[in-house]
Amino acid sequence: MTRHRGRGIASVNYPIGMNLGGDPSQALVHSNPSGKFTVALSSIDLGQGMKSVTRQICAETLGVPVEDVYVDTADSDTGPHCMGSFASRGTHRVGNAVMAAAREARGVMMEAAAEELEVNAADLETDGRGNIHVKGAPHRSISTKDVAIAAQFKQGKTISGRGIFLVPLSDVDPETGEMSPATCYAHACLVAEVEVDDETGEVDMVRMDSAYELGRALNPRLVEQQLVGGAWMGVSHALYETPEPYYPDPVHGPRDFVEYLMPGPGDICPHDIAVLERPAPDGPFGAKGPGEMCANPVLPAVANAIFNAVGVRIDDLPITPEKVLRAIKAQGGARPQARR
Amino acid sequence: MAKTPLQFRHNGRDVAIFVDGGTNLLVALRELIGDMTPKFGCGQGGCGTCSVLIDGELHLSCLTLAETVAGRSIETLDGIKDGPNLHPLQRAFADNFAAQCGYCTPGMLMAAKALLDRNPQPSRAEVIEAISGNICRCTGYEPIINAVLAAASGGRARA
Repeated sequence: MTRHRGRGIASVNYPIGMNLGGDPSQALVHSNPSGKFTVALSSIDLGQGMKSVTRQICAETLGVPVEDVYVDTADSDTGPHCMGSFASRGTHRVGNAVMAAAREARGVMMEAAAEELEVNAADLETDGRGNIHVKGAPHRSISTKDVAIAAQFKQGKTISGRGIFLVPLSDVDPETGEMSPATCYAHACLVAEVEVDDETGEVDMVRMDSAYELGRALNPRLVEQQLVGGAWMGVSHALYETPEPYYPDPVHGPRDFVEYLMPGPGDICPHDIAVLERPAPDGPFGAKGPGEMCANPVLPAVANAIFNAVGVRIDDLPITPEKVLRAIKAQGGARPQARR
Repeated sequence: MAKTPLQFRHNGRDVAIFVDGGTNLLVALRELIGDMTPKFGCGQGGCGTCSVLIDGELHLSCLTLAETVAGRSIETLDGIKDGPNLHPLQRAFADNFAAQCGYCTPGMLMAAKALLDRNPQPSRAEVIEAISGNICRCTGYEPIINAVLAAASGGRARA
């Protein structure tokens, strides 16, 4: 029995969002008389950080503290329409919609403040701490709370805004077949190092090194948690989980977590990640989105690493010990490739 | 079928309920006591999110017959914070981004608490061993392991 080390690489050119139907998302922003703002969305936060990042985008656009913004994703029946949380579209599509809504709400807020301070709205600026003042004259100031109260009880204004982001639908050019399926692309490259046991066919992850280019990282810690966790979803797809191990025959399909395998805490390996920020011109504050891309490069990188280790090319997922062992037997033993 | 009276301690408070024969502890906690912090994941002991402490020991509540805990002390996630103050493990989970969807989090926290209660300075390998019965889909485990290690080294300093 020998354990063979192998290294594989994969790169991804990843479209953010999708083209189908224009991929729209809507957002509504309004203040209540306390000067706090609510963002209404139907986009669901599955733990990836949608609420945090849209909250940041809204606060930054309005010019108010992030604590003064609440994101409500409670109900897709009563909230503004969203296509959904998928295709790495959340930060980009929903973020753009929130930005548009917050911009409109800011316009009303500045008009209301201008009326209270008896100046031109164009001469006002926000300090990001909950105040609006005349440019160059910070003492000529009013709090966003007082503006909200004046708008509600005196001026009869709704400090609110509507936003939608819609990609122009791209048809296929009948002459060339060309189309623009996405408005921006993120990129990644991942190197996986594995150890393959030629007697059992088992594959252990040894380490991963990756680089992700995903526009501006609006919340670096959230980006990192996506990349760390997503890579293990990729490993899980590459080596462990499937509902149909003998597709299309459903016999021997997993019935529980004892049979439907996923990596456990003892299966993980070191993973060094570099995040490259190249702001997208049409992203909210330059953001694209990590999303699904965190899992994608792992699968081909692992398959390539297994080939590098023992010389078998498995193109059927997941790459179970059984498949590795059968392939090694079929070629008459492990054939380690040149170390890269 | 006649119900069985059952008394035990739940997060330091005496509770008394009537259970059907065969009711598991998870159902008793969630449906009869109203403590929703232990989660129903697989119902077969494969995922760990229903983990609770029985007399300080980690158990899968979905595989524990409710009647077997008569007179014993049950601790769930609902009881680990001190009033408005989070438990050092909860604080460390938040600081280390150790939760995403959050469904595994109750079980992870209870498994980690069981570890730190008996071993306040665990090694990384001991943390991995302690949470090895708990499955997480989102985090890749690394932030959870780091959070437990951070709570172990920093928890008492704060307390």
